[in-house]
This record gives sequence, C-alpha cells and structure tokens, in this order.
Amino acid sequence: MPATDNLVEVDDVNFAYDATRQVLKGVKLGVRRGQMVAIMGLSGCGKTTLLRLIGGELRPSAGEVRVGGRSVAELNHEERFALRRKMGMMFQFGALFTDMSCYDNVAFQMREHTDLPEELINDLVLMKLQAVGLRGAQGLMPAELSGGMARRVALARTTALDPMLIMYDEPFAGLDPVSMGVIGQLIRSLNDALGATSIIVTHDVAEALKLVNYVYFMSEGAIVTQGTPDELRASDKPFVHQFVHGETDGPMPFHYPADDYVHDLQAVEA
Amino acid sequence: MNALADFFEHLGARATGAVHRLGFATRFLLLTLRNSGMCFRRFSLVMREIYFAGVLSLIIILVSGLFVGMVLGLQGYDTLERYGSSSALGVLVALSLVRELGPVVSGLLFASRAGSAITAEIGLMKATEQLAAMEMMAVDPIARVIAPRFWAGVISMPLLAAMFSAMGVFGGYLVGVRLIGVDAGSFWSQMQAAVDLREDILNGVIKSVVFGIAVAWIAVFEGYDAPPTAEGVSRATTRTVVTSSLSILALDFILTALMFRGT
Repeated sequence: MPATDNLVEVDDVNFAYDATRQVLKGVKLGVRRGQMVAIMGLSGCGKTTLLRLIGGELRPSAGEVRVGGRSVAELNHEERFALRRKMGMMFQFGALFTDMSCYDNVAFQMREHTDLPEELINDLVLMKLQAVGLRGAQGLMPAELSGGMARRVALARTTALDPMLIMYDEPFAGLDPVSMGVIGQLIRSLNDALGATSIIVTHDVAEALKLVNYVYFMSEGAIVTQGTPDELRASDKPFVHQFVHGETDGPMPFHYPADDYVHDLQAVEA
Repeated sequence: MNALADFFEHLGARATGAVHRLGFATRFLLLTLRNSGMCFRRFSLVMREIYFAGVLSLIIILVSGLFVGMVLGLQGYDTLERYGSSSALGVLVALSLVRELGPVVSGLLFASRAGSAITAEIGLMKATEQLAAMEMMAVDPIARVIAPRFWAGVISMPLLAAMFSAMGVFGGYLVGVRLIGVDAGSFWSQMQAAVDLREDILNGVIKSVVFGIAVAWIAVFEGYDAPPTAEGVSRATTRTVVTSSLSILALDFILTALMFRGT
C-alpha cells in the first residue's frame, strides 16, 4: 500500500506493558483515507493494543503513531481529546452505558460535545437508530438487548458525531451468523455513507474478507503479511493458509511458550 | 533465621505497598477535585447521584436512627433513674446522637449501603469497558463519572446524619416520654437548654462532612482502581466497606479529641 494519503500511519512501533512481555515488535502499517482495513491475527497477538495506541490510550515505547499527520503520543490532553472527537471506537461487547437507555447512549456524545437543542438531538438520534434498524428499541436499557442488538446500538453510538476514523474491536465476537452478517453490512454501509476510514480488528476471516479493502495479518506482535482480500485468498503462504482455513497445525503455534513437557511432568512426579 | 528475614521482608513490602497506595489515592483525590468543575456547571449530574447514594439510603438511615434513639431512651432512662435525674433524658439522647452516634452510625451505614454500591458500579463500568469507551469519546471519566459520585457522597452524608439524629431524638421521645412517662416539658426544655449550636451540632456536622469525604473518596478510588474482573470488583467492594468503617472510627477519635477537649 503506498504511503501517500494515509489517515493513519503506524511507523516501526514497539510496545510492552511490562519488561517481560513485548506486545508489539516493529509494527508498520498505513490506512488510506476512505478505506476499510482489517487487522487480523490470533487472540493475544497485539491487535487491540494497536487500536489503543492509535486512540492515544497508550504510548508506544518506540516508533510513532500518526493520525492525520500528527503524532498521537505528542498531543497534550486537550489535543488528544480534540482528536478523539473525530474518532469513533466500537468496543468488543459494545460497552454501552448500562445506566442509560439506547436513546441516551446514542445521544451521549451529542449532549457532551455540542450545544444542539434537544429537538435536533432527538432527530439525529432517531436517524442513527433507524440506520441500524433499532429505532423501535430506543427506550430499552442495554440489559434488555440481545448481543447483536447491543452491538448495533453501539454502532449507532460510535457514528453519532460522524467520525472521520472508526475503529472496531472484534465487532463479530460472540454473534450468531445472521447478526454477524447484519453487523458486517452495517459497518460497510455506514463507512461508505459517512466517507469515513475504518480499522477492524478481528479474527473472523470470512466476514472480514467480504468487507474490507486491505488486510494486515499479525502474529506475536508483528505484521507477518498483508494484501487485498483477493490476494490473501489466493495466497499459498503457510501462515495465511493456516489462518484463512482455520487449521490447527501450521506456523502459528498452538501452545503458549513453555518448558520441556517431559521435564515438567517429571518435576511434578518428583 | 530465614523465616524471620522473610517475615520482615513481607512486612516491609506490605508497609511500602500501603504507603504507595495511599499516595496514589491522594493523587486520585486531587485529580477528582481538579476535574470537579463540570459537577457544578451541570449540577443535575450530582443530583442524580445524590438520589442513588442519599435518597435511596434514607430508609436504612431513618429506621436505624429510630431504633438507636429508642434504645438510648431505654438505656438512658435506666441509668439516669438511679441518680434521680431521669428528666435529663432528652439531653442524654440528643447529645449522644448529635455528637457521636448520628455521624458515626450513619457514616457506617452510608459506607455499607452507598459506598459499596458506588465502588461496585464504577468497578463494573471499568470491567465492561464503559470508562474506556467514555475516554475514547473524548469525555473524561473522572469529571463525568467519578467527581459527581464523590460530591454526591460528600453532600449526602451530613444530611443523612442530621436525619439520623432527628429520627433518633424522636425514638428517644417515643420511649422516654410516651412509653415510660418522663415529663415531656423537661425532656424538650432541658434538651433545648443543654444542646449548644456550635459546640455540639456544628461539631457533629463537621464530623459528618469529614466522614462523607472519607467514604466517598474511598468508594470512588476503590472502584476506579479495581482489577477489571468479577473477583477484582468483589474485593474492591469489600475493601470499601472495611476501609471506610475503620477510617470513620479512627477519624471520629481524632476529631473528638480535637473538638471536645476540656469541655
């Protein structure tokens, strides 16, 4: 992918939560404006950490994350919050505010960041809920929603202020196939309607390859391969083949690093 | 020898850990105070939390106040009667309540009822990524979630303590005057003459404000600092009740020593 016109640029980023475990190792990627990019990999490979770095929740230990040409780590508190007003992030299980109705969840950012009159907020909230098919559920509380419905309300909330960059953290996790398809279509249509740029972190290969323009594969904190969905489907690289076809045996290890198995067993016997 | 060294090492680690945590909690309190502007610009946020922390605690506070007052009436009468001064029952009940029992018992009840609820709510909001979502929406969770709950606790506590004391005096009246037959005139007039606005009532109010700050601070800090797991939230909730209760008792002794010296 050419480096020009990228809204998000991750440049040789390293990150560690503590000295013993390096989460990201020299990650380098770019997300072009108006495109949808998927970051895929096994659980625990550093995908969500990468999103948190882009959102400015974490600071890289080396390298630089740039959004709109500005280094996120160098922004002060006000600048970082100003940037986040132009971003939306959908969390793994929606992260809806449980003490607010669906309506109030979607209206939350409008009330916090704008001086719009309540009549206009009402119209905007109903439009957002209509777009995800849940205008009729506006009065329900999050506890009354199914997993798929909660994800759709979260999607309406994420796009409430028409963000330029939308990040999705495992948007398909725990959904039935029908809800997964609905969420996938909504993500694509909302991205196109808003002219936004989207980053989807997922390990759901089939659904993601249908939606996105470009894919980065991560393993053990590093980008191991990248390409368009068609390139990846046709790829004969062992890593991509294993991931796309869900094989247990391949270059991605099944076991967490451990001492010698026989040694461990004998140690218990002794 | 090794066991002894391990013991002291463990003790030292516990002590430095506690000091470190206290420092962290103090920084958190300062951050909360610095981000309290929104609470006073949008007081409805605090009002909502006053409803949850204060209004919903009213039943337990009023019922407890009534029973504590009634027990004071019984016990007080029994003791005063031995010295032939049962007419001073009103004074005994009122001073016991406004100086000590009102602030302390309502503080303990507030920590158990509202403090634990605040910690659990904030801890669960953290565990379900609601605080992270808020931060990603460019809304500071300290200003939007923590500060309103802190101020709601600080405001609710003295009001609850006052209601506890009022209900307790009524309980003492019910038992002393209505049940036992102490003269109503001397019950009220001696109380009116002996209870001093500054020495007794104001000092009681100061105590309840201090307890309110302590409980609200501990509750919001434990919730915010809770590990984002079911076990983490459960432990944090327990810590809120235990730490708040011990703090109230310790602070009560310190405040009493400062306030009522030689009077």
